[in-house]
Amino acid sequence: MPDLKVSRRRVLLSSVSSDSHTWNLVFLQLLIEELGHEVVNLGACVPEDELVAQCLRHDPDLVVISTVNGHGYADGRRLIGALRRTGELAAVPVVIGGKLGVAGAADEQYAAELLALGFDAVFQDGADLAGLARFIESVRPLEVTA
Amino acid sequence: MSGSFAGFVRDARRRGNLVVQPRMGFSDPAEMRAGLLATKRARATAVGTVTLDSYTRVGDHDAVARALAEGLALNGYPIVDHDPATTDGVLAGVRDETFPVQVRHGSPLPESIFAALVSAGLDATEGGPVSYCLPYSRAPLKRAVRSWARCCERFATLADRGVEPHLESFGGCLLGQLCPPSLLLAMTVLEGMFFRQHGIRSMSLSFTQQTSAAQDEEALRGLHRLIDEYLSDVDSHVVLYAYMGVHPRTPAGSFRLLADATRLAVRGGAARLIVKTPAEAHRIPTIRENVAALEYAAEVAVDPATRRLVGESVADTGVHAEARALIEAVLDLHDDLGTALLLAFAAGYLDVPYCLHADNRGRARARVDGAGRLRWTAIGSMPIGHLVRPPRDAGVTSAELLSSLHYVERKYDRAALHAAPTRELRAHELDAGPGVAAL
Repeated sequence: MPDLKVSRRRVLLSSVSSDSHTWNLVFLQLLIEELGHEVVNLGACVPEDELVAQCLRHDPDLVVISTVNGHGYADGRRLIGALRRTGELAAVPVVIGGKLGVAGAADEQYAAELLALGFDAVFQDGADLAGLARFIESVRPLEVTA
Repeated sequence: MSGSFAGFVRDARRRGNLVVQPRMGFSDPAEMRAGLLATKRARATAVGTVTLDSYTRVGDHDAVARALAEGLALNGYPIVDHDPATTDGVLAGVRDETFPVQVRHGSPLPESIFAALVSAGLDATEGGPVSYCLPYSRAPLKRAVRSWARCCERFATLADRGVEPHLESFGGCLLGQLCPPSLLLAMTVLEGMFFRQHGIRSMSLSFTQQTSAAQDEEALRGLHRLIDEYLSDVDSHVVLYAYMGVHPRTPAGSFRLLADATRLAVRGGAARLIVKTPAEAHRIPTIRENVAALEYAAEVAVDPATRRLVGESVADTGVHAEARALIEAVLDLHDDLGTALLLAFAAGYLDVPYCLHADNRGRARARVDGAGRLRWTAIGSMPIGHLVRPPRDAGVTSAELLSSLHYVERKYDRAALHAAPTRELRAHELDAGPGVAAL
């Protein structure tokens, strides 16, 4: 019989450095917990160095960045660089979603650039939340305690 | 003192006029001045607002300097980084005894902001050690309490120059939605008492329009009682914020929501109303949209149908008693209000539902019930167990949370749809699950 812990991922949830919104984070925490996973929620306005430190501390299977203030592209670019420059975090799956820019048209371009910079998936404003759920399920837990 | 912000609101109230005010801030001094002038010329008893940008709010003055050097627009007026002469130029000939101006910001550590507004001779601003720290920042509450104590004391020295400093508590808003009214009332009254302890003698206490007109009116009446009980020795008035949560997507729905906020302000005895505009669901409003909202609220305020409802009785469902229990429990903790607030949050006597800040216990939960009223579903360690009985199934699911967050948007958009069947509003636009970005 498989151990239930096998499918349980540890998800680190965070905003970007300039975004003070938190309802998106509260909602996503509940949603991800309902999918059966553990959530470490860092809250609003998380500076890059703190995000790196918390990732090293919690060793998540997946990092979910949610941002709605329109600075997702600008802040996300810096954030993924900081994570990927840190040896232990070079390969951890990181996704970003929400409102990446202030103009709808340019946002498609932003998504492609963020993927090129090291994000594993980008969920645009209005994207189906099932897509996030599928992505979480696709991530293999790093430490399997079967 | 006449000519002051507080004096202007007092005079308007004496004449029976509701003061209306926008949320408005531009980084370009010329545009800021134009916005203030347009507010001044609006057909309304209006006061002006200078809202600061979010880099100034978090104290990132390098980012402000870069943006100003590159000519990039910020989302507010950077009062600390603009030259004092520039700010004088924005205000000269605009601010006078017929048109006071308030600075709105959102900073948990506002020393430099207070320094700038004192040097500009501005006599009104807002915030508070809890309400500007817990909802939107990562600053430790202890630092915010110390900082706000110093700022209040500095602001109070304006009185030596013959200026009456006026401070508004943002405690009646917190996260903007899904906080039962009793905690909002307790928070704004406790912040008012904190201001008084640090030398402020003129203040406004706040409340935000929530999900139920009846519950909101009960709350506003409760706030007046609490002011009589705890703050009767200082000059004060009540300010109401038009709904701060997820806004209707239709202009008609948004105007209905603003009309209800105005009626609530008049019936609940608020002296001042801060408006929102139909642009809110989509982007930052323009000057013209702000003026339209101010003039609309001013019209609704003097409508005989609005005035007729003043003084009608409203059911007491315990909002005042809950708020009083929270305030008394905090006052019992320490004579110094700042220390009492820190102890109260550490013990969970005050616990803001859904607030992720590290200094908030985070055990309280609330949702919108079947009648549209906000109700506690978990109270954590708050000392109101004798007054509130949360349901046993205390868990709020992600779907229920989303539904509660969008309750007002849904209600007003549907009402607008039914009232105006000719409008091309397709049902699926209203019912479509909103993206998380709409939060």
